[in-house]
Amino acid sequence: MRASAQPDRRGYFGAFGGRFVPEVLAFALDELESAVDAAFADDAFWSDFHGLLCSYVGRPSPVYRARRFERCAPVVVKREDLNHTGSHKINNTLGQALLARRMGKERLIAETGAGQHGVATATVGAKFGFPVDVYMGARDVERQEPNVALMRMLGARVHSVTSGTQTLKDATNEAFRVWAAEVERTFYVIGSVVGAHPYPYMVREFQRVIGDEARRQCLEEHGRLPSDVVACVGGGSNAIGIFTAFLGDDVRLWGVEAAGKGTQSGETAASLSAGSIGVLHGSRSYLLQTADGQVCETHSVSAGLDYPGVGPEHAYLKESGRATYVSVRDDEALTAFHDFAAAEGIVPALESAHALAFARTLSRERNSSDLVLVNLSGRGDKDLAYVRGLSSGA
Amino acid sequence: MSSRLESALRKHKPAFIPYLMAGDPDLETTEAVAHAVRACGAAALELGVPYGDPLADGPTIAAAGQRALERGTRMCDVLALASRLRDAIPIVLFTYYNLVHAYGLELFAQDAVRSGVAGAIVPDVTLEELDDVQPIFEKHGLAMPLLVAPTTPAQRAGTIARRASGFVYVVSRLGVTGASAAPNVDALRGQIAGLREATRLPLAVGFGISTRKHVEAVAPFADAFIVGSALIDAYSGTSGADAVRRVELLAYELLGSSFRGG
Ligand SMILES: Cc1ncc(COP(=O)(O)O)c(C=O)c1O
Repeated sequence: MRASAQPDRRGYFGAFGGRFVPEVLAFALDELESAVDAAFADDAFWSDFHGLLCSYVGRPSPVYRARRFERCAPVVVKREDLNHTGSHKINNTLGQALLARRMGKERLIAETGAGQHGVATATVGAKFGFPVDVYMGARDVERQEPNVALMRMLGARVHSVTSGTQTLKDATNEAFRVWAAEVERTFYVIGSVVGAHPYPYMVREFQRVIGDEARRQCLEEHGRLPSDVVACVGGGSNAIGIFTAFLGDDVRLWGVEAAGKGTQSGETAASLSAGSIGVLHGSRSYLLQTADGQVCETHSVSAGLDYPGVGPEHAYLKESGRATYVSVRDDEALTAFHDFAAAEGIVPALESAHALAFARTLSRERNSSDLVLVNLSGRGDKDLAYVRGLSSGA
Repeated sequence: MSSRLESALRKHKPAFIPYLMAGDPDLETTEAVAHAVRACGAAALELGVPYGDPLADGPTIAAAGQRALERGTRMCDVLALASRLRDAIPIVLFTYYNLVHAYGLELFAQDAVRSGVAGAIVPDVTLEELDDVQPIFEKHGLAMPLLVAPTTPAQRAGTIARRASGFVYVVSRLGVTGASAAPNVDALRGQIAGLREATRLPLAVGFGISTRKHVEAVAPFADAFIVGSALIDAYSGTSGADAVRRVELLAYELLGSSFRGG
């Protein structure tokens, strides 16, 4: 059993998490929880998982020192961009597909914003022979056309969601509704450490491989633990994935949210920095909402961070002080995007560029004996057209 | 309060519980329609509090909530509407938990009861989270009807029935609210028989009830039936007296001989 102390039996990380869903889904979550407990206690499950992470995903992903990008303290990046499908999302979808197969489910559904999680779900759907339905906000379908084409190429059906703000929040609502209607045969592959218990816990256990590897790689290749670990936070899965291995170490953990046009601008996606406590998509956590409790529309230059909620474990790490959450604006992330590409020959995802922007600031403040580890959660090919559109429009 | 609700539901069998989205298309229309359904024979009224992310609702109710939100309808407006209707008909709010959380759990229970609200259904608070919410409702005398779904195992359904107050909301089929699919009558009959052993509360069937046929199908074993999406569909795009007329027509169709005339 690889479970750590959090969450508790009700799925709470301190005061955050839990299970706030319509009754029709309670049974499915119980069923999933039992399946997760059994699978996680089964060495054969982990050996299938780690075998595929190696042969299919291409793990372990290297850590690479970004010498021309760093300032004073060395910056090393964990190369999740080199994974099959180009981001950390595949670690999670592979794990959930293995579980779905164990549970005898017949099809997969997923929500997606930027399309990275949708692509990663479509990919494992093809690999394991599951039909896949992906729900995507109508605005995102337009913004992320290449990923829509990719999902369709992989055999997934992409459904354009026209309710509400027509973005990731509404795509997630729709996936929950579809799940409620076909809960017995359908497995809902959630894309981050969000949702009702056991999702935040389960997804963490699939993503923690990032930090488990990186911790070992820092010790082996750099002879020390990092002084700081930095990751961008949308729902929070790549951040939890790299943080978990370091929770017991004397290492500072930094979550970087998308400030959008600024945390006080009203056009932001920084739930922990600018939000308040509430309940969204099945768990209690921080969220961007009005005083009445209506969930706000968000803004970020990166579609993968454009989400009003955040995983409950991050709320807990914030309240307990174990991790610190900062935010980076659109313009700062775009600068880091261009600078990192020019300095290192690696085009980062716009999401990851938020983490890189903050890591460079840290590198300036830290000593050369420190070590700043950054999760490079994905590659930026998907963002090229968008970023080029921005610079030609300027 | 919950006893007034219970006895209202026992006056007719099956009792008619309409669901209206407060503020769709405006609060005046909701109020007029509420009086109309009462006059047609409704035993109690479910008032939806508009929310932008209604996970348990299908397109009709989600869109009605969106229209109400665009008119600026807030929890305090819904409570004010409830207090205007309190003498006419027992009222149960249908509200997602985040709205209650933001209002303040204790303050919500207190203000709801002060506004004459008999109970509140919070669809995303199930057994797992009930201990944080129900004692506060109970302390203030606010009933909390709970939902039982087709996927709810028998033992869990029994626990839910024993912990509910006001009535038990028996969800007639998988999925979300909406008028499209018919209730699964055989499964419902069995589930209701099981629930009778756990509780003496009225058992109300809802989700998908939209025609006289549906009502007749559940009437032999249900104490009450809830009609939401079909009503909202019936008067969407209209307001005022026009909306009232359309609702009366639907109530006439649903209630048949027990229709009281508007
Ligand atoms: C490359 C990349 N990084 C980060 C994220 C944000 O998700 P999370 O915070 O769950 O890692 C996404 C989401 O689409 C992504 O594609």
